[in-house]
Amino acid sequence: MTFELSADHETFRKVVREFAEGEIAPHVAQWDREHRLPLDVVRAMGDLGLFGLVVPEEYGGADADFTSLCVAIEELGRVDQSIGITLEAAVGLGINPILTYGTDEQKTRFLPDLVTGRALAAFGLTEPEAGSDAGATKTRATLAGGEWTLNGAKAFITNSGTEITSVITVTARTGEKEISTILVPAATPGLVVEPAYEKLGWHISDTHGLSFDDCRVPEANLLGVRGNGFKQFLAVLDDGRIAISALAVGLAQGCLDVSRKYALERHTFGAPIGSRQAVAFSLSDVAVAVEAARLLTYKAAWLKDSGRSSAEVKQAAAIAKLYSTEAAVAATRVATQVFGGNGFMEEFPVARFYRDAKVLEIGEGTSEVQRMVIARGLGLPVT
Amino acid sequence: MNIVVLVKQVPDTEAQRQLNPDDNTVDRAAVDPVINYIDEFAIEEGLLLKEAHGGEVTILTVGPERATESIRKALSMGADKAIHVTDEALHGSDAIQTAKVIAKALGTIEWDVAVAGSEATDSRSAILPALLAEALGVAQLTQARKVTVDGSTVTIERVTDTGYESVQGSTPAVISVVEKINDPRYPSFKGIMAAKSKPVTTLALSDLGIDAGEAGLANAWTQVVSFENAPPRAAGQTVKDEGNGGGQIADYLASKKLI
Ligand SMILES: Cc1cc2nc3c(=O)[nH]c(=O)nc-3n(C[C@H](O)[C@H](O)[C@H](O)COP(=O)(O)OP(=O)(O)OC[C@H]3O[C@@H](n4cnc5c(N)ncnc54)[C@H](O)[C@@H]3O)c2cc1C
Ligand SMILES: Cc1cc2nc3c(=O)[nH]c(=O)nc-3n(C[C@H](O)[C@H](O)[C@H](O)COP(=O)(O)OP(=O)(O)OC[C@H]3O[C@@H](n4cnc5c(N)ncnc54)[C@H](O)[C@@H]3O)c2cc1C
Repeated sequence: MTFELSADHETFRKVVREFAEGEIAPHVAQWDREHRLPLDVVRAMGDLGLFGLVVPEEYGGADADFTSLCVAIEELGRVDQSIGITLEAAVGLGINPILTYGTDEQKTRFLPDLVTGRALAAFGLTEPEAGSDAGATKTRATLAGGEWTLNGAKAFITNSGTEITSVITVTARTGEKEISTILVPAATPGLVVEPAYEKLGWHISDTHGLSFDDCRVPEANLLGVRGNGFKQFLAVLDDGRIAISALAVGLAQGCLDVSRKYALERHTFGAPIGSRQAVAFSLSDVAVAVEAARLLTYKAAWLKDSGRSSAEVKQAAAIAKLYSTEAAVAATRVATQVFGGNGFMEEFPVARFYRDAKVLEIGEGTSEVQRMVIARGLGLPVT
Repeated sequence: MNIVVLVKQVPDTEAQRQLNPDDNTVDRAAVDPVINYIDEFAIEEGLLLKEAHGGEVTILTVGPERATESIRKALSMGADKAIHVTDEALHGSDAIQTAKVIAKALGTIEWDVAVAGSEATDSRSAILPALLAEALGVAQLTQARKVTVDGSTVTIERVTDTGYESVQGSTPAVISVVEKINDPRYPSFKGIMAAKSKPVTTLALSDLGIDAGEAGLANAWTQVVSFENAPPRAAGQTVKDEGNGGGQIADYLASKKLI
């Protein structure tokens, strides 16, 4: 039994950390204020090879393991969650379905640009009236004359409206009891990208509602087998949950790092606040949570990399996502408290951490949905 | 064009650095080692020269065994191979001795330009590139903020106190570059993986025909006689502006001979 990442993972972690601290940290507060996703940074992340980690070499990727991707997301997430989710969504939700279910032609068309960070892909599953209950999808796609015609709407779709978004993978009803997945290239007539949402956090991340108004794409844009949409998105989400868990670990670690430092520097009543048990012990608890969250996350990633059964990976992913995201939210609460009034000020990163944390318990399956998945894994008939 | 980049491993600049009290040498074990910051610009310049003119980039490092970590990082940025000169007898060598070792090591390969950083962040003598060019009897193009190669002619913009000078020489040449000459790349994931199988030739002093009696602390031309820790930063001097604040500041600057 070993609890260590490989030397290669650690070398890679160092590089991503240097990148995050050198290229992201100095500017992130400003991007956050401007609600702006810096596309040159996306491109630089492409040069680092982050988007292509799990992609085979024939499409320009590095053919690395899923654990490497988690390391990258954790390290970006330690500095900024928006940049972390941009990578997570681009790979987990954008590249992954095309890579897993796409034809050679579809992969050759989209992957090379996605891998270099010249393009971003999005995954449109959630609808205004279908989130946790994604099977209630209302968007329709009908096949006639060699074309799919889509009508309906999607909500909260990450990376769907950037200047470099190349394709959106959309789930749609293709029959009464049938959901399929269809590739809709950006700028297809009839695809309307709504203005960006006003969000509590993740200000740098791009999120839009979409609507489809007789939006037509070729029949060949069907992704994988017709009618398999439900199965496909469940599998996509299992991988995504491990990656979100890594993002949460990064946030909790970031909180621990900055508040530990602050607790040593900030003096009250003649001593550093870190010498007060109330402060020190709350950081001890964060340290325990970070450690536990990291172990759950990398165990889930290891199960996936080891080719374990999908049931085993699904359970581990839900457990990791549930624990890590709740730990991260708790960690931001502690960090903000340790920073006192400064913690409420945008001059300090903990205020942004606090705003960014909450959505971790919502996206890619809410905490309640994770508990539902876990309970079902226990054989309990919960609905 | 064959490019050699001289890379020194130094103690992390951001950490508290120390000297060994027993022999006044840098305590390289106490602090995590890193690539000398300015050498990252030298590596980038080497890679840019290769991209523009073809050829290969070889990393050359004189330093302890642990310097392999820095060599791997340089290789993961895109250099093709490396030479690592390492020998117990090198401990405490000064800049002159190090320059002689590097000159000998360069003699083992074909090269056109050797690119160094302008100074190392630990001993900061900023003299090694000049010593090396002198030892080799080749063109010395130091403190470059811009490097242009045209056939066998190398032209640089040499930074001076007031601006820059244009300096030209022909290959083989030793170039040293200043920081900010370029924007050093980060190693990519593929680069890290590829670096593991790139060739690193390890040489001892005997492989270079250097007698151990020429190297090391005991035979160094310079000697560190004593050292002291820097005094703790004193509290700043506060100037209260009672209508004459400007004058007081001017007096202070004049007393320090700054104006
Ligand atoms: C910033 C952001 C980015 C997003 N990006 C994407 C994206 O790229 N692609 C995409 O498809 N989606 C995306 N989403 C959508 C996200 O996945 C959904 O918001 C999430 O799955 C919850 O769905 P909902 O909002 O419809 O909430 P609902 O399903 O309406 O849930 C409301 C509440 O009820 C609870 N609940 C619902 N059903 C049950 C039950 N059976 N038992 C117990 N409790 C229950 C939920 O846990 C929640 O607390 C994003 C969301 C946000 C906020
Ligand atoms: C106080 C003090 C203590 C010292 N202690 C030690 C010690 O404990 N152990 C020890 O080995 N040496 C020690 N030295 C010697 C010192 O490392 C050498 O002087 C050095 O190798 C060359 O000088 P520099 O670092 O000032 O280089 P600079 O002239 O400032 O460096 C300019 C450039 O030359 C190149 N370069 C310099 N050194 C090397 C190298 N070794 N390999 C490849 N390229 C290089 C780099 O590109 C660098 O950017 C000590 C020196 C001093 C002053």
